[in-house]
Amino acid sequence: MSQPSLRVPLALFAALALVPILRAAGVPIGGFVPLLLERVMVFALAAMSLDLILGVGGLISFGHAAPLAIGAYTVAALDHAGVTEAAIALPCALVASGIFAALTGAVALRTRGVNFIMITLAFAQMVYFAVSSLSDYGGDDGYTLYSRTTVFGRPWLEARSFYVTALVVLFLAWLLLRVITASRFGRALAAVRQNRVRVQALGLNAFAIELVAMVIAAMLCAVAGVLLANEAEFVSPAYGSWSHSGDLMVMVILGGIGSLHGAIIGALVVVLAEEGLGRLTSHWPLIYGPALVLAVLFLRRGLAGIGGSRG
Amino acid sequence: MAEPLLTVADLRKRYGALQVTDGVSLAVHPHEIHAVIGPNGAGKTTLIHQMFGSVRADSGQIRLDGHDITRLAPHRRARLGLARSFQITSVLPEFTVLDNVALAVQGALRSAFRFVRPARREAALNEPALVALARVGLHARAESLAGSLSHGEKRQLELAMALAAKPKVMLLDEPLAGAGPEEAARLIALLRELRTHCAIVLVEHDMDAVFQLADVISVLAQGRVIAWGPPAEIRRDPAVRAAYLGEDF
Repeated sequence: MSQPSLRVPLALFAALALVPILRAAGVPIGGFVPLLLERVMVFALAAMSLDLILGVGGLISFGHAAPLAIGAYTVAALDHAGVTEAAIALPCALVASGIFAALTGAVALRTRGVNFIMITLAFAQMVYFAVSSLSDYGGDDGYTLYSRTTVFGRPWLEARSFYVTALVVLFLAWLLLRVITASRFGRALAAVRQNRVRVQALGLNAFAIELVAMVIAAMLCAVAGVLLANEAEFVSPAYGSWSHSGDLMVMVILGGIGSLHGAIIGALVVVLAEEGLGRLTSHWPLIYGPALVLAVLFLRRGLAGIGGSRG
Repeated sequence: MAEPLLTVADLRKRYGALQVTDGVSLAVHPHEIHAVIGPNGAGKTTLIHQMFGSVRADSGQIRLDGHDITRLAPHRRARLGLARSFQITSVLPEFTVLDNVALAVQGALRSAFRFVRPARREAALNEPALVALARVGLHARAESLAGSLSHGEKRQLELAMALAAKPKVMLLDEPLAGAGPEEAARLIALLRELRTHCAIVLVEHDMDAVFQLADVISVLAQGRVIAWGPPAEIRRDPAVRAAYLGEDF
């Protein structure tokens, strides 16, 4: 239960804040790096929400791309209907992903182990094929947004504001998850991971605890989906594909499972690896794959554990 | 005598061709240690599982303090005042000793859905937990990780967790298993102390301990209660002697 020290996560956020700070100071930072970091922050948010159920709750969900796609397609659907206001899009995304997680979780949580992995994957694939068949929103080809979402009429998701908004949202999500994991709920969730039967014997409803955790994680991930749609100005069924679910798991595990801020490091490494290695050679998975295996073998607590802050 | 706290009436459970519980009835009164003994395979652990709800009985009835709990899920039985310790110690290894017991207090309060206040700093959880730890003599290790405790200490922690829930009845499945003679003596003294707080159903192989502690003993063989009564009577019972085939006690 001892929470990791605050130094590493705060240093990460400070580093991410350098871009807008330098811009405010008049240094013209443009081009590739901030765009890449925007993507990193969006995926970090999705991975961090996965860490609540995967790291804290021990629920190996292989379908976390589903709420990401649900969030993104909420933006697309509203955009198609001419609504581009976050005050409407965000609640819609939260409700849709929350209902999705409650219904699918109620079924998936009746299984354990490999079955749970497979059933969450199956539900995510259902979302993938469902959005692929929505011809109004481009079907397989995806859907290009007419305009980015506004926040109470302000262009906070446009151009350079997007970076700041994504950073603030990521920071707030991190704070929220930290508070939740330290609460009675978080302790009960971590206890269920260690010994489900024992927690039941103490009079706590493990099923309800896990289900609520899945709903919270899905809703946070849908926020990432809303951001992702705006960052790309494009929505694609691929957002909900199983390989995205896998990427999110890799980010969590590589970054440091259960640490929350490890998701930021994981997202950074995965996004940079895909970009960087992709430029080096088109066969980049040949390097990426073995590197991943080595990282999992030798970094038991992920990259966030290298500092040894968790004692 | 007061009304029994826990009654089991004509309980039956069959696994395929094997009748593991064959019409078991027993009654546990307040502040009583009720031992369930019997040769290996007599169905003792299955009986505990049915009492606790992790195995569902085929027929029969289990009542706890006036409630019919026969069909209730384990966590609901726990809320009505049933606590259980495990044959294989099952504390939460990544938590500190104090956090383990504080979680048990949380369980007794039925409180999992609070999301804001840091649980580790809540006096309402920590104080009762420390009291329970002091009672089992483990308060000095409150901040140790539960996974680092010795076997005997884990047993003590189990008892503290069961105690913290302020149960009416504790189901203890072999609380002395794997304990050395010194640890066993300490645990026996502890169980005797615990009886002042709640009734205890005790499944135990250590016959010395059983005859020292029990107020009532039910002897199980092939899924049936073949004898029950105070220890002195059980010791003389010919059916019991036959079931144990001359094992002495």
